[in-house]
Amino acid sequence: MYRYDSYDQAMVDARVAEFRDQARRRLEGKLTEDQFKPLRLTNGLYLQLHAYMLRVAIPYGTLDSRQMAMLATIADKYDRGYGHFTTRQNIQYNWIKLEDCADALADLATVEMHAIQTSGNCIRNISSDHFAGAAADEVVDPRPYAELMRQWSSFHPEFTYLPRKFKIAVIASEKDRAAMRLHDIGVRIVKRDGEVGAQFYAGGGMGRTPMVAPLIRDFVPIDQFITYAEACLRVYNRYGRRDNKYKARIKILVHELGAAEYIRQVEEEFAHLLSVGVEPPREELARIAEYFALPPFRHPSESWDLEQLQSKVAGDPSFRWDDGFGQWVRQNTHPHKAPGYVSAVISLKPAGGIPGDATSDQMRVVARLAKEYSFDELRVMHTQNLLLPHVRIADLPAVWAALDAAGLGSANMDTIEDIIACPGLDYCSLANARSIPLAQRISERFAQSGRTELVGELKLKISGCINACGHHHAGHIGILGVDKKGKENFQLSLGGSEAEDVSLAKITGPGFDEDGVIAAVETVTEVYLASRTEGERFLDTYRRIGMEPFKEALYG
Amino acid sequence: MGDTQNLGTSPDEVQFRFRDDEPVDHAAVTVDSVLDQTNAAAVRIEPGDDARLLLPFLDRLALVEVNFPVFGDGRGYSAARILREAGYTGELRAVGAVLIDLLSHMRRCGFDSFAPDKRLDEEDAARAFATWANVYQRAADRRATIADKRHEA
Amino acid sequence: MKILTGNDLRSGAVTWWNGTGWSLFVDDAVDVGEEAEEILAREEAARRVNAPYACQATIDAAGHVRPAHIKDRVRALGPTVRRDLAVPTAQKTGWDWVI
Ligand code: HEM
Ligand code: SF4
Repeated sequence: MYRYDSYDQAMVDARVAEFRDQARRRLEGKLTEDQFKPLRLTNGLYLQLHAYMLRVAIPYGTLDSRQMAMLATIADKYDRGYGHFTTRQNIQYNWIKLEDCADALADLATVEMHAIQTSGNCIRNISSDHFAGAAADEVVDPRPYAELMRQWSSFHPEFTYLPRKFKIAVIASEKDRAAMRLHDIGVRIVKRDGEVGAQFYAGGGMGRTPMVAPLIRDFVPIDQFITYAEACLRVYNRYGRRDNKYKARIKILVHELGAAEYIRQVEEEFAHLLSVGVEPPREELARIAEYFALPPFRHPSESWDLEQLQSKVAGDPSFRWDDGFGQWVRQNTHPHKAPGYVSAVISLKPAGGIPGDATSDQMRVVARLAKEYSFDELRVMHTQNLLLPHVRIADLPAVWAALDAAGLGSANMDTIEDIIACPGLDYCSLANARSIPLAQRISERFAQSGRTELVGELKLKISGCINACGHHHAGHIGILGVDKKGKENFQLSLGGSEAEDVSLAKITGPGFDEDGVIAAVETVTEVYLASRTEGERFLDTYRRIGMEPFKEALYG
Repeated sequence: MGDTQNLGTSPDEVQFRFRDDEPVDHAAVTVDSVLDQTNAAAVRIEPGDDARLLLPFLDRLALVEVNFPVFGDGRGYSAARILREAGYTGELRAVGAVLIDLLSHMRRCGFDSFAPDKRLDEEDAARAFATWANVYQRAADRRATIADKRHEA
Repeated sequence: MKILTGNDLRSGAVTWWNGTGWSLFVDDAVDVGEEAEEILAREEAARRVNAPYACQATIDAAGHVRPAHIKDRVRALGPTVRRDLAVPTAQKTGWDWVI
C-alpha cells in the first residue's frame, strides 16, 4: 500500500494548519458563513440536519489496520461511536463539532488520512475498483494510477473553483466494479501490444440528469496520462456552465457541445499542454507502483482451495457448509489472482440494519482481522461494505467466526439485502424522504421470508432526493424519495446497472408511500421469479421482457 | 470609448505586488477593444472572456487584470495560466473577490499582483502566500514539484 | 406561528429561538411574528447561531410546538433510525410526531 513520504505528510499537515486557521477566523468572526462555507467544504465539513458532518477520504478505497483503528478512535473521541461508509469510498461522521474539527483532522493526519477535497467544486476523492490489486481479472493494479491522480488533483491551483464537483474513477479490468462510466471522468487502464495506457470516458454522472459517459479517447500513452486529464479539466473549467448549478456538471457540457466537439477541444488543449510539459517525471509512477507490489502470498500448498475447505470443515457444527459459514463463503468471497486466496466481503448490511454504518467496535474488529489475515490491507467498497482483499482460504473459518461474532457476518453480497442507501432525511438537509428506514424494512422482510437467496443477484439502490447519492439510477431496482405535499413518497425504477453493462433505470409509473413501495418491490421480484429463465438475474429478465409485465403487476 | 475610461484598478488599489517594475498607471480596456487594435498596454479579462484571443498582442501588453466578480468562479485561474504558458511576462493582476484563501493558488497560476476589493489582513495574507512549502503540480510559477524533487539526480 | 431555528456555530447542535437565547428543545420555541428578519440578522452577526432561518409551526393538541415541515421535525428530535441518540424531548413527543 502507498505510504506518505515527508512531502506528502507535510502537505496534509499544512492543510490541517490552514484549516485550523480558517476555523479560528470563522469563530472569531473574521469570516462570514458565506466566506467560510467553501473553505470548510474543501475540507469535507458540511452542515447537515443535526450537526456538522465530516467526510473523510479513503483514496481509492484502500486503507490499513492502523488507519481503520484511527477511524474508530475518531468516532469515539469526536463523534458518537459510529461512522457511515459511503458509495464514494469515504466515511462520514455525523456529529463533529466545528471547534473540534481541526483536532480530528490532526489525528487523522498522524495516520496519513485527511478530508481534503471531499466536498466543494473541486476534484474529489479518486475512487477505484475495490478488488484492485487482488482481482483475478485485472490488467494491472489500477491504484498506482489513482495515486498519481490523487497527488495531481490535491490542491490543484487551477481546478479548485470548477463549475461543479468533479469525480474520477480509475479501474483496470473489463468488469466495472466502480461505476466508472457514471463518473465525470472514468479511466480504464488497458494494455495494447504490451504497452500500458489509459482509456478515458467523460461526462457521466447521476444527479437529476443521469448520463453514461461516452468514450473520449481509446488510448492515452501512460506517460501522458496526467497531461490528458489536465486538458479535460481545463476545457471544463473554461466552458462548463456556471449560470445554473443544475447544469454545471461536465456531463451537461459534453452533452451540449456533443462528444465530438468536446473531444476536439480537449485534443487541442492536450497538444498545447504536451508542449508546455505538465506531466510528472516518469520515475514517479514507478516509485508509486513499488508500494503496490503484491504481498508475499504463501505457496498454494500451504492453503486450500474451496473444495478442500468444504471437506475440512465437514462435520464441524460451527462451520456448516449448507448454512451460515458456507453461505458466506459462497456469497461473499471473490476469486483472487493468487491461488489459495480469496477476497472476502464484510457486509455492512445486516438485515434490518443501517446500510454502511459501522460502530467503532466493529471497525476495530475489522482492523484486527486485516492485520492478522489480509496483509494489513482493507478496502471500502462503493456498495458501502468493507473488504479483506487477500485472505488465505484456510483462514476463512477464523475470519468468519470473528465477523459473525461482531454482527458483520451477513452472507448477502449483491443480493436484495445488500442495499445501497444514502443518509436521506434522517441526516441530510437536502433530502425529501428517508432512505434508511426503507432499506431496513426491505432487507428485514426478505431475510425473514427467506427469499433473498431465491431472488439471487439484485441490486437495490435508494436515494432520498434527486441528487442520487444512493445511485438509484443505476439500481436493478431503484427507489427515489420525493416530496408529495409534505409527505414522503417514493418513485420506483427498474433496469439500471452501474457495471460494465451500464444502463439507466426507468421509472415504473406513479409513486408510492412507504408501505406501498415495499409491497411494490415484492411485486416486481415476484414478476421476476415467475418469468425468469434458467440462470437469469433480475436485470436480465427485465431486459428481456421489458417494463410492461412489471407495470401490469404494479398498477393493474 | 467612454465605457473604457474607468475600467480597471489603479496602482493604489494593489495591495500585494511581487514585481519590481513600475506599475502601469492608466486604465485598462476590454478584451474586445484590444482586438479592435487600440494601443492600450493594459487589458481587463472578465470570466467569460477567452484569454487566448490576447495571445497575438502579448508583446504590447504590460498589465493584464483578471477580474473575479465572485470568488467561486474559477475561470480566471485558467486564463492566468494560459497567458503565462504563452510567454506573457507582464503584470498579471487578480482583482475583485480576492480572498485570503485564494492567494496561494492564484500565485501558482501566475498572478503577481493582487487588488482585492476589500483589503486583506496583512498577517493572514502573509501566512496564506507561504502556505505551500512544496507543490504537487507543474504550474505557471515553474516551481520544482514534489515529484521533481523526489527524482532529482 | 413563525419560529426560528439554526445550528450552534461551535457545536453544530440544532437550536430554537426562545425569545432571549437559543434552546436545544423545540418546545421552547416562541412565535417571533414580524421580528424574524431582525433577530436572525442580529443573532447570526453575533455568531450565536449558524445558518438560521424562520419556519412555520403550530401548537399541537398535546401542547407541543410542531414545525410544519417534516425536515424540521426530524431536526427537532434526531435521526428516526437512531432513537438512542435523540434529543431528550423525543420522549415527550413520541416518534409518530415526526411523520
Ligand atoms: C449527507 C450529505 C450529503 C450531501 C449534502 C450530498 C450532496 C450531493 C449533491 C448535491 C449531489 C448532486 C450533485 C449534482 O448532481 O451536481 C450529490 C451526488 C452524489 N453523492 Fe452526495 N451528498 C451527501 C451524502 C452522500 C453520501 C452518503 C454518499 C454515498 C453514499 C454520496 C454519494 C454521492 C454520489 C455517488 C453522487 C452522484 C454523483 C453524481 O452526481 O454524478 N453523497 N450529493
Ligand atoms: S441523495 Fe439527496 S437525500 Fe440522499 S444524501 Fe444525497 S443529497 Fe441527501
